[in-house]
Amino acid sequence: MPISKEILDEIALSEKEYQLIVERLGREPTEVELGMFGALWSEHCGYKHSKALLKNFPSRSKRVLVKPGEENAGVVDIGDGLVVVMKIESHNHPSAIEPYQGAATGVGGIVRDIFTMGARPIALLNSLRFGPLSDPRNRYLFGGVVGGIAGYGNCLGIPDIGGEVFFADCYSANPLVNALCLGIAEAKHLVKARAYGEGNLLMLVGADTGRDGLHGASGLASRTFEEERELRSTVQVGNPFLEKLLIEACLELAETDWIAGMQDLGAAGLTSSAVESAARGGGGIEIDVLKVPRREKGMTPYEVMLSESQERMLVVVKKGYEDKVKALFDRWELRSDIIGQVTDDGLARIKEGEEVVAEVPVNLLTSPPIYKRRVKKPDWLERLQAFNVSSIPDLPPKRAGSTLLHLLASPNIASKRCVYRQYDHQVGNNTVVLPGNDAGVLRIKGTKKAIALTTDGNARYCYVNPYLGGVIAVAEAARNLACSGAQPLAITNCLNFGNPEKDDVYYQLKECISGMARACRELKIPVISGNVSLYNETKSEAIYPTPVVGMVGLIEDTNKHSTSGFKNEGDRVFLLGDSQTVDSSIGSSEYLSLIHGIIKGNPYVDLGMEKRLQRCCLEAIRRGLINSAHDCSEGGLAVALAESCLANGLGFVSNDWRVEGRLDASLFGEAQSRIVVSVTPRAVWKLEKLAARWQIGAKELGTVGGKRLILKGYIDLSLKQVGKAWWGGLEKLL
Amino acid sequence: MKFGIIIFPGTWSDRDCYYAIKDILRQKVDYIWHKETDLSDYDCIILPGGFSYGDYLRPGAIARFSPIMPSLEHFASQGKLVIGICNGFQILCESGLLPGALLRNEHLEYRCQWTHLKTENTSTAFTSQCQNGQVLKIPISHYEGRYYANDATLAELEADKRVVFRYSTSTGDIIDSANPNGSLHNIAGIINKSGNVLGMMPHPERACEPLLGSSDGNLIWESIIANI
Repeated sequence: MPISKEILDEIALSEKEYQLIVERLGREPTEVELGMFGALWSEHCGYKHSKALLKNFPSRSKRVLVKPGEENAGVVDIGDGLVVVMKIESHNHPSAIEPYQGAATGVGGIVRDIFTMGARPIALLNSLRFGPLSDPRNRYLFGGVVGGIAGYGNCLGIPDIGGEVFFADCYSANPLVNALCLGIAEAKHLVKARAYGEGNLLMLVGADTGRDGLHGASGLASRTFEEERELRSTVQVGNPFLEKLLIEACLELAETDWIAGMQDLGAAGLTSSAVESAARGGGGIEIDVLKVPRREKGMTPYEVMLSESQERMLVVVKKGYEDKVKALFDRWELRSDIIGQVTDDGLARIKEGEEVVAEVPVNLLTSPPIYKRRVKKPDWLERLQAFNVSSIPDLPPKRAGSTLLHLLASPNIASKRCVYRQYDHQVGNNTVVLPGNDAGVLRIKGTKKAIALTTDGNARYCYVNPYLGGVIAVAEAARNLACSGAQPLAITNCLNFGNPEKDDVYYQLKECISGMARACRELKIPVISGNVSLYNETKSEAIYPTPVVGMVGLIEDTNKHSTSGFKNEGDRVFLLGDSQTVDSSIGSSEYLSLIHGIIKGNPYVDLGMEKRLQRCCLEAIRRGLINSAHDCSEGGLAVALAESCLANGLGFVSNDWRVEGRLDASLFGEAQSRIVVSVTPRAVWKLEKLAARWQIGAKELGTVGGKRLILKGYIDLSLKQVGKAWWGGLEKLL
Repeated sequence: MKFGIIIFPGTWSDRDCYYAIKDILRQKVDYIWHKETDLSDYDCIILPGGFSYGDYLRPGAIARFSPIMPSLEHFASQGKLVIGICNGFQILCESGLLPGALLRNEHLEYRCQWTHLKTENTSTAFTSQCQNGQVLKIPISHYEGRYYANDATLAELEADKRVVFRYSTSTGDIIDSANPNGSLHNIAGIINKSGNVLGMMPHPERACEPLLGSSDGNLIWESIIANI
């Protein structure tokens, strides 16, 4: 067929890539074949720009059972015959166009990735980024996204136990919606997404197939876009009720021996689902598109193969068991149809009745070109990093209190209660630590264990220094887990960047991954799954490089977990870790951005200190030495102290607040590797001894008590004032 | 003594109720698929929370036509105990087993949070183990939980002491700021005329262990057990 640049643009293939297809195939592809190549060679499915870089991540440990790319999600052994299955995924572009449905189907998609493996989804987290709420369009996007997550997730009965929300100008036209799901399964019931065994049947289950979502993978997720209206039809509409039925039916099916594999239909629909399972199974597949139930008349084979209609599953049924499987789905009132079979010829053969409309070797479809480039550090990055702190005046002491209130009310720091109270975070009877802490904690029924989950990623740091930003994203996530008493087990990550074909963006991606990988190796945490979302640009403006780290940790004894709030009057408060104030620690901080309107200066992290601090904190929690633990992050030490006070309405009175160097750095600097803990007075000596053994600082800050937050000589505020700023900061902007 | 938990397509607190009754209270309990019709084995039926039929159309509006519903009505007419939680309460109202309706929350948002409930009547089969006026800490999780009934119905409910739980402060004050959804008279749970059918929006099955933040919900299950 005649091929034009317009056609190639629509499926996001370059002319060079088209030539490569012709060369490898030995002929021109048919229309259906070209559509399949476009989808599977897209960045979203094929990772052509990121694959070479992603290899840097360590992905092994004694507990890792399934590594990235092997299945729909990564798997980690937590003992007692149980495994957890985890993945994070983006739904950024759909959410920019239609926020409610975009976010809702993002939740739907990630949940399918988990139960398709036979694991019951038991936790959701969301990492969100928006432009400033002063813009009505951003308020609309925010309300839609939060509503969509609530509307879909709540209906499924999966608790949403945490996440983040962050605001910056660069996300105005391009919000980020990353959804993480974690499931639990008995190791013996894990299901593989493999189409193997000649003659086994391909059964399509769930929703009918419509024209919605055509080109989602190639068009929406793998290029930048200017005009949102033209793409509205690529956003799918979710049906959470149908998804709930699929969860229950598929989990029941996973306990039988009637199936050879199971794979959900996500980006690139039937094409990627069937072809990727065939590739994993090492065989071929044959599908008759006439057997696919349609939502509308007149759909072409191309449309059927590339539709991204939601709530569909592809089940590889062992030959002879089709009636049993169908009966199971019938009981759940789910439609199921046999649409094809597994073959042994290594080909993906698509037929419309008797006519063959596509016939391509599976391994050609799943081997996109892999691009790797050498790029230089951009000059503008040098300028951002070379920030001299003394170019701005220090904070006058009398303004310390009002500045703290200002920071606490900043939407990036203020409580996210008005978001998470819209999500069911308790269903399942497992949630031990609710949202609003450093990490959410779920107990594992039938064992003494619990798992802790968090997501992190400070994009401002990554913008100024992609490498250090990457290091910190991992370090902070691990520190959040340490504060809850959990030993980190594994990471899933979502890498949200601009157009990788631009050198500056590629540099950011490469450096960020390299920093993350370094921290992963140093802290010994493997990456087990993830997703890249590139081309996050509108009108040529890229978002901040935004890696989001989702991390799961294990608590061996649920009773030995910790939370961020002070617990008892009279407890002494210590700062563990890096206790020297460094003036440059205001670099890239929320303080510098909010108060001075400056986004410059390297963030600061010492990985050796970080590692020892986290181990010390974990040991202190396990030995029951401390009553609370909260890490210093955005807003620094003063904000961390305020948050620890507000959790249970207990005040804090400092010892003499000694400032060596700048006052703003002492209060609001964002040096990493610091944890605020509270300790019973008679256990102080044990904590000090422990800190000395781990060679970390333990600086006594003051005492828990009263109804005020007092940093002597600088800050004296009632908890009522502090609470009004922090609890209400975000809410009042909506 | 045996509990039965009805599962409609889209129900999700079936598993939490099962856990609370079986693992915490050590009682016999079965799941019952909504297409079954024989309830003769059971002493108390639970209509759990969730989104039966996706809550499409209106919460509970489709579930009330499930094959099991005539059997449930018969079961209730024999004076046996029925408790509807959240979506279960909505189904009981839709089917006419309880008066009134549950409208969208006043602020038009879903709410998941801890609430405090003042026990207004301790002479029911569901509250006999509570102290008079006892405040229970039990969470809510709903979008349509604003109790509404006409003036005559409300007056009758109040006169008959059929309002069993009201949203209150932790010290038992019944004030607007303790009302999470705009329910009339701060109503969180009511019983039918004969006192054997309870509907409540909060989730007692979630308040079953101190580890999860409260075990106050167990008082309701213990009352039921004591009254069979």
